[in-house]
Amino acid sequence: MSFIATPQTMHFPQPLPLQSGASLRDYNLAFETYGSLNADASNAVLVCHALNASHHVAGVYAGQDKSEGWWDNMIGPGKPVDTDKFFVIGVNNLGSCFGSTGPMHLHPDTGEVYGADFPVVTVEDWVNAQARLLDRLGITQLAVVLGGSLGGMQALSWTLQYPERVRHAVVVASAPNLTAENIAFNEVARRAIVTDPDFHGGHFYRHGVIPKRGLRIARMIGHITYLSDDVMNEKFGRSLRAPTLPASRGSLPPEGAGPARGGPAPDLRDYLYSTQDIEFQIESYLRYQGDKFSEYFDANTYLLITRALDYFDPARGHGSDLTQALARATAKFLLVSFTTDWRFSPRRSREIVKALLDNRRHVSYAEIDAPHGHDAFLLDDPRYMNIMRSYFDSIAKELA
Amino acid sequence: MTEKTTMQAIARMVPPGSRVLDLGCGDGALLSYLQRERGCSGYGIEIDDANVLACVQRGVDVIQLNLDEGLAMFGDDSFDVVLQIDTLQHLRNAEVMLRETARVGRTGVVAFPNFAHWPNRLSVLRGRMPVTRRLPYQWYDTPNIRVGTYKDFEVLALKNQLRVIDAFGLQDGRTVRWCPNARAGTAVFHFEHA
Repeated sequence: MSFIATPQTMHFPQPLPLQSGASLRDYNLAFETYGSLNADASNAVLVCHALNASHHVAGVYAGQDKSEGWWDNMIGPGKPVDTDKFFVIGVNNLGSCFGSTGPMHLHPDTGEVYGADFPVVTVEDWVNAQARLLDRLGITQLAVVLGGSLGGMQALSWTLQYPERVRHAVVVASAPNLTAENIAFNEVARRAIVTDPDFHGGHFYRHGVIPKRGLRIARMIGHITYLSDDVMNEKFGRSLRAPTLPASRGSLPPEGAGPARGGPAPDLRDYLYSTQDIEFQIESYLRYQGDKFSEYFDANTYLLITRALDYFDPARGHGSDLTQALARATAKFLLVSFTTDWRFSPRRSREIVKALLDNRRHVSYAEIDAPHGHDAFLLDDPRYMNIMRSYFDSIAKELA
Repeated sequence: MTEKTTMQAIARMVPPGSRVLDLGCGDGALLSYLQRERGCSGYGIEIDDANVLACVQRGVDVIQLNLDEGLAMFGDDSFDVVLQIDTLQHLRNAEVMLRETARVGRTGVVAFPNFAHWPNRLSVLRGRMPVTRRLPYQWYDTPNIRVGTYKDFEVLALKNQLRVIDAFGLQDGRTVRWCPNARAGTAVFHFEHA
């Protein structure tokens, strides 16, 4: 049982200029904090979230079963990021659907729901908004900015936009930009949503419908890319549809728990010989994941966040020279990648490492040979956890 | 090889304040010593998970890499000193890595077990591969896949146009300068590219 987390909201009345040239006239940010800020405000850790997560990073909500934050295994009292030592802040990004101002909220100029009119936001815009939150919390410099995947991009961007405000950056399973293949996956997901007849050009709220079909497919394709072939095979193999639905994401069997490569024992039941019914268990699992996701995630948010991923490219203004782009960063870095992560492969993390080495920055890099693909960054591999714990312990010692 | 006297013998070849790259840095003890005692900076390269963790615990910057994949991540002459302490004998591409060491560092220091040390010769004369304190492995489980001698390295250095600044043997924590090929269990070469 984890500790009780309490979500908060802060209103920002001053407009936020966006990278696109547009601006948000005023906005709310939903956030949570854990632990206490020390006297000289030097122990703050900002956690940046990835695609479908939120400010609810750790702890549980009072009276709600199974409400653990998305990184509850990493953050909390006595955990690798120890909230007995650090003041940890989780913040929901603009355009999201978990409390911060997003496409389902009212446009202050029109009084109508934003919908598709919510401005395109970038990683840099999010970082600017997060910086304002820190201003209001009385934090001038972060001990650590931490994030995985898209969250890692924000952490990296922090070190470039506000180098003097970051002492350490921990960038997990991330990349200096998306490859064409990665943008392609995002585009498939977006097309699934946009071509859903219930999407209505992004103004589906007015019609009282939700483009759930599109969201389901977007989630299915995303989910495939977060796992590795081996892990999927180990869990599902060629098993036929199960009478009961498989467990949710995050409960994949631990390494070595199931039968070796080749997956579960062959299922010799007869095929249904149907093209549309669920035949294989993997189909059932993906449909279940898609259904669950479409119940809580906003379609416009999905478009906005995948676009923010696509646009992120700090080297772009430097002739694609990442070394030159990262010259501004003064933070000390820890990078972690996972060998079976093909969506944010180790090669991409190494590009960041190389650019930091070129600039003679402090950097450590761990490449964890975990089987779980991109999802590994949310799971409990002990090598990963130990590296994180040790790195944060050494930072905690600097504070004392 | 991590005994203190050995570490000091290696450290003497690293000028104070140097930027150091330590290939196969183990638990980071040498780098930590160089940072603490000689004001050096730099990185360790390690493949082993436990060693990477040990480096992070010591506060030594470490990059987890397989050295057999090369040093493409590092620019020419980007370090004052590149160390290869008890690493060479584990590498499949030992010669390529030697060249890479010379490319990336203005100077290089290589130390490795000298198979021509007299107890080793004696053992081979008796018909058996040596098993000693320095080489504690059996022939079938040794990680030392490159079996070379002090003299062999002189030849390899010449072939790769390395200029040897200094070379000596190490035995029981002492420097061996007279007949090191027979009298020292460890060969040490300090070189630069010509």
